[in-house]
Amino acid sequence: MIQIKDLHKSYKMGKNSLHVLKGINFNVEEGELVAIMGSSGSGKSTLLNILGMLDSSDSGEYILDNVPIKDLNETKAARYRNKFLGFVFQSFNLINYKSAAENVALPLYYQKVPRKERQEKALKYLEQVGLKEWAGHLPSELSGGQKQRVAIARALAAEPKVLLADEPTGALDSKTSYEVMDLIQKINDAGNTILIVTHEPDIADMCKRIVHLKDGVIIEDKKIEQVRAEQYV
Amino acid sequence: MWILDRDLWSEIFATLGKNLFRTFLTMLGVIIAMIILVLLLGGANGMSNGFQKIFAGTASNSLFVWSQSTSEPYKGFERGRRIQFKLEDATILKEQIPEIEVLAPRIELGSHRGVVTVYRNGLTSGSAVYGDYPNIDEIMKKKLVEGRFLNENDMTESKKVCVIGEETYKLLFEKGEKAIGEDVRINGVFFNIVGIYKPNQNINIDGENSVYIPFSTFQKAFGSGDRMGWMAISVKSDAKVPVVESQIKRLLKNKYDINPIDERAIGSFDMSEVFNNVKAFTGVLQGVSFFVGILTLLAGVIAISNILLITVKERTKEIGIRRALGATPKVVKRQIVLESIVITVFAGFVGFAIAVGFLAIANNLIGDNSDMPFYNLMISIPQFLVSFILMVGLSVLIGLIPANRAIRIKPIDALREE
Ligand SMILES: Nc1ncnc2c1ncn2[C@@H]1O[C@H](COP(=O)(O)OP(=O)(O)OP(=O)(O)O)[C@@H](O)[C@H]1O
Ligand SMILES: [Mg+2]
Repeated sequence: MIQIKDLHKSYKMGKNSLHVLKGINFNVEEGELVAIMGSSGSGKSTLLNILGMLDSSDSGEYILDNVPIKDLNETKAARYRNKFLGFVFQSFNLINYKSAAENVALPLYYQKVPRKERQEKALKYLEQVGLKEWAGHLPSELSGGQKQRVAIARALAAEPKVLLADEPTGALDSKTSYEVMDLIQKINDAGNTILIVTHEPDIADMCKRIVHLKDGVIIEDKKIEQVRAEQYV
Repeated sequence: MWILDRDLWSEIFATLGKNLFRTFLTMLGVIIAMIILVLLLGGANGMSNGFQKIFAGTASNSLFVWSQSTSEPYKGFERGRRIQFKLEDATILKEQIPEIEVLAPRIELGSHRGVVTVYRNGLTSGSAVYGDYPNIDEIMKKKLVEGRFLNENDMTESKKVCVIGEETYKLLFEKGEKAIGEDVRINGVFFNIVGIYKPNQNINIDGENSVYIPFSTFQKAFGSGDRMGWMAISVKSDAKVPVVESQIKRLLKNKYDINPIDERAIGSFDMSEVFNNVKAFTGVLQGVSFFVGILTLLAGVIAISNILLITVKERTKEIGIRRALGATPKVVKRQIVLESIVITVFAGFVGFAIAVGFLAIANNLIGDNSDMPFYNLMISIPQFLVSFILMVGLSVLIGLIPANRAIRIKPIDALREE
């Protein structure tokens, strides 16, 4: 699903240049649930943003679902994001004046899905995250966990190839975190490829594979026995 | 067609509706600008209409010619000789100058602009008394309150009839008293009143207190012979009044042995000049109103652009989210520009409605009878269309500023966790 070869990224700040990713190589197969770990500043978000086409790399190869991702302009990147990727952020990033259902339907709007179908799909995915009754509510009327579930429903709505989540449980307490992880595991069970950035070991243990970053390189990449979140909720 | 895309519009209205108060404040500038534009234009148009109403009935392509005294010696004549037109002059002029459409000879009792005492039942009025041809009505239309104006029959039969002004009526009659059919006495001769006219409020060549009798009757009653006081002349629509004016003067100067350089001997007044001046004046006024109005509108639209610019900054995160979810720069740009247009057009209509309301009230207050040169204050459909097209055009151009700002927002920067 994802193939990355010798990925480099540095940030220029005035005269100095900060080399953040120093040659990343890794592949992700379809249906994997990968945790990306590492200390603060190790380049986790940078890597995820490049995978999400929100940022570009300096050099290296990136192939997503057999499509080489290169020479991206803003329009092309937007189309690819819409078609291939779903995002879940630490701070949810829901649009605050839109209801849960409208938020979920938004990526479909950009896919030019007809209105009725969009509404149906939005409800379907809200149901999947257990929030069908909350469809008409604004984000401000939802708890943190509920907001993150709406965000996950939104990421799923466009039926992306890969779900990218940057610290999806970072703003949640442990109980709510496990609920969200339970949901993510179930989505993964259904066959979705998911990458999660986290620095909480218990969250990482709920994935199927852990990739450890340090100083811009992968120092460890291991498959693990998944801990089911179900038992904690 | 994206313009019919219901979702696009609901997106836009959702964004605008989420902060109604700010949207309203944003619109205020354009609302006020539109009110100013429409009121200015309406006022200028009203003035133009007002002048048109004042001039209604007076042929715009007309002139008046009268005789005075010479100011230059010529062919053995001393200066200061009094010129007296004869009725035959009218015939000669009509024959020799084909550009003349209507020529109405007139004679006045007493000296020029002098008054004569008119008697009735012990009441008196100091009025101007004119002997007129009925065709004077084609050049200076009289607004009749009652009865009729002089006609051809009065002329040929030299009837002792007269048409009096409303002022004259007020002096000679009690309020509400019937005047048609009554007699008045002028220099010992009785005249039967056949009509009362209302003075044309503002153009008043004849004065407000006048009595008109047929020219032929005048000749017989007052023994004026073939003398003629002055002429009201209208020229054909394809002719220029100043040209005809100088032709007439040349001819008359020749006939009466007046020095060609004598400017005083024959007096004349070119009505078309007044018309042209007024037209030019109201035209300039309309132009200035339009210009000022459009500038105000520009200021209003710039205010919208400014507020949208602030909104775009505030919405950086939202725009970033949309971009991450797949909104292309084009889509973002279109949305912001459309927001600009929607606010502007809506505000424009609101301002327009308010201003038209004001104009309607003003029209009601001014009404038909007014000393003010204002009438029917309203903006014309072309003016309305031009203003609206300009407004929408401006809103597109100026909406592009915040729109371009919005597409420079990179989703990665917008979404970076603080
Ligand atoms: N836009 C940027 N400009 C300059 N430096 C940046 C930028 N984004 C990230 N960095 C730097 O790159 C390094 C890696 O950042 P990154 O956000 O990828 O770290 P991270 O692993 O996600 O850390 P955390 O766990 O704290 O989120 C950091 O040192 C950061 O300061
Ligand atoms: Mg990070």
